[in-house]
Amino acid sequence: MYSEKVMEHFTNPRNVGEIEDADGVGEVGNAKCGDIMKMYLKIENNIIVDVKFKTFGCGSAIASSSMATELIKGKSIEEVLKITNKAVAEALDGLPPVKMHCSVLAEEAIKSALKDYSEKSGVEIEELKDFEPKEDHHH
Amino acid sequence: MRDVYMDNAATTPVKKEIVESMIPYFTENYGNPSSIYRRGRDSKKAIDESRDLVAKILGASSREIYFTSGGSESDNWAIKGVALGNKNKGNHIITTKIEHHAVLHTCQYLERNGFEVTYLDVDEYGMISLDDLKKAINKNTILISIIYANNEVGTIQPIKEIGKIAKDNDIYFHTDAVQAVGNIEIDVDELGVDLLSLSAHKFYGPKGVGALYIRKGVKLNPYIHGGAQERNRRAGTENIAAIVGLAKALELAYNNLESHNENLIYLRNKLIKGIMNEISYVKLNGHPEKRLPGNVNVSIEFIEGEALLLSLDMVGIAASSGSACTSGSLDPSHVLLAMGLPHEIAHGSLRLSLGDFNTEEEVDYVIENLAKIVQRLRDMSPLYERVKEDK
Repeated sequence: MYSEKVMEHFTNPRNVGEIEDADGVGEVGNAKCGDIMKMYLKIENNIIVDVKFKTFGCGSAIASSSMATELIKGKSIEEVLKITNKAVAEALDGLPPVKMHCSVLAEEAIKSALKDYSEKSGVEIEELKDFEPKEDHHH
Repeated sequence: MRDVYMDNAATTPVKKEIVESMIPYFTENYGNPSSIYRRGRDSKKAIDESRDLVAKILGASSREIYFTSGGSESDNWAIKGVALGNKNKGNHIITTKIEHHAVLHTCQYLERNGFEVTYLDVDEYGMISLDDLKKAINKNTILISIIYANNEVGTIQPIKEIGKIAKDNDIYFHTDAVQAVGNIEIDVDELGVDLLSLSAHKFYGPKGVGALYIRKGVKLNPYIHGGAQERNRRAGTENIAAIVGLAKALELAYNNLESHNENLIYLRNKLIKGIMNEISYVKLNGHPEKRLPGNVNVSIEFIEGEALLLSLDMVGIAASSGSACTSGSLDPSHVLLAMGLPHEIAHGSLRLSLGDFNTEEEVDYVIENLAKIVQRLRDMSPLYERVKEDK
C-alpha cells in the first residue's frame, strides 16, 4: 500500500532526534488519534540550518516527518512557508488517501515550530499570525 | 529472510493431508450432488459423510449441520434468519460490544430495520457479566448472540452459563465460535446453544467454507433462495471439495486437541513472559487464564501499531494490531476500547497468534526482534521522551 519511498523513509528516517537549544519547537496531533509530531528548528539569518523530529505514529507519519525535514533543511523561512502537505506527499511518491492527514500533520508541525520561533525571537512572520494547528484534524 | 507466521487467528495454512483429501473432488468426483447419476451420487455421499463427521464432533445430529461460505455468512444467517423468522414474537436482540464485525454490523443493519439491540459491556479482561445479561432480557427478546472466544484478545466467555440463562427465558442462543472451534471441546447440548458458527480456515482447513449448527426446531428464515440444497435453507451448488476439507480439518483438530493445546499454551506463555521481561511499559490484554491457547495480545506504550507491524514484517514476522491505522477506520479496535483501554494505548496493541507450525525457536526470534523494534520506535517517539524525563 505504501510507495518504496515511504518505506525507505520509514526504515531510515532522516533527522530523527531533538535539538537542545532549538530556536523553535512545534508539536501537533494528539495521542488519542494515534499520531503526534514534534519538530525542532535551528534558524540562523532566516535560514533553517538544522531540523530534527520525533514522531509517535504509523509508518506514513514517520515517513512524512522525515521527508518534511529534508524538504526544509537549508531553506529560508519564506521558502519553507510555501511547502504544503501536498508537496510532502508528492515527494514521497504519494500517500494512500486515508494517510493524507499524515502530510497535513507534517506541514502543521513545521508551521507550529516557525510560529514558536517567531514568538520567541520577535521576528514577525506575517503568514503565521493567525495560524492554529487543527488538533483533531482528521476526526 | 526469516518467515515467521504468527497471525493464525487471521487464517491458518491448510495442512497437506487436508489438501490431499480435497483434490479428488476437483478432478474426479466433480459431479453435482443434485444429479441422479453415479458421479452426482458420489458427491452427495461425500457431503453426507462430511456432515455426519461434523455433527459427531459437535455432539449434534447431521440434520442440524448446514454448510456455508464461512464464518461471516454463518453469523449473518443465524442473526438475520432468527430475527426475520421470529419478528412476530419480538424485536429485541442481545449481543456484546466485543463481537466480530460480522455480528456487530448485522445487528446494526437490523437496528436500521426496526429491531432493537442491546450491546453488553465487558470488564477489563473482555468478559461479559451474567447479571447484565439477565437484566437486559425483556419480553421482546428473541435472540442472544455472544462470541465464544474473542478473535482479538482471546477471552473465552461462560457459554454454558449463558446457554442456561437463554433456555430459562426461552430465548434462542447463537454463538460465534469461529475462533473457539479447533481449540476448545464443543458439545452443543452441554453448552445449550441453538446456533453456532464455525469457519474452516481457522483450523487448517480451506477458506470460503464454514458451517452453521442450527438446533432442530429453531425457527429461522432461509438465507439464500434458489435451490433445494442444505434442506431448502441455503441454496447453491455445494462446494464439495471445501466441505470435505472442512470435515477433514475438524476431525484432525479434534483428534489432536490435547497435544495442540499443550503445545500452544507452552509457546504462548513463553512468548508472554519473554515480552514482559524484555520490554517495559507493556500490558497483557485479555483474560490471564480464560483465553485461547494461541492468543497473545499486548499493548506496547508510546508506539503505534502499524509502524510496529511494518517493522516486524521487515524481519519476516507476520502479526496484527488493533490500531486505527490498520483497521481502515479512524478509531482503534472496538474490542480494546470496550475493555476500557484509552485510545493511545489501544493504538499500540499487537496480536501474535500462534499455531501448530510455530516453534520455540520462532518464539525466541520474535521476542528478540520485537524488543529491538520497540526500542527503535520509542527512540523516535515524543511520548517516550516525556517518560524518560519524568524518571
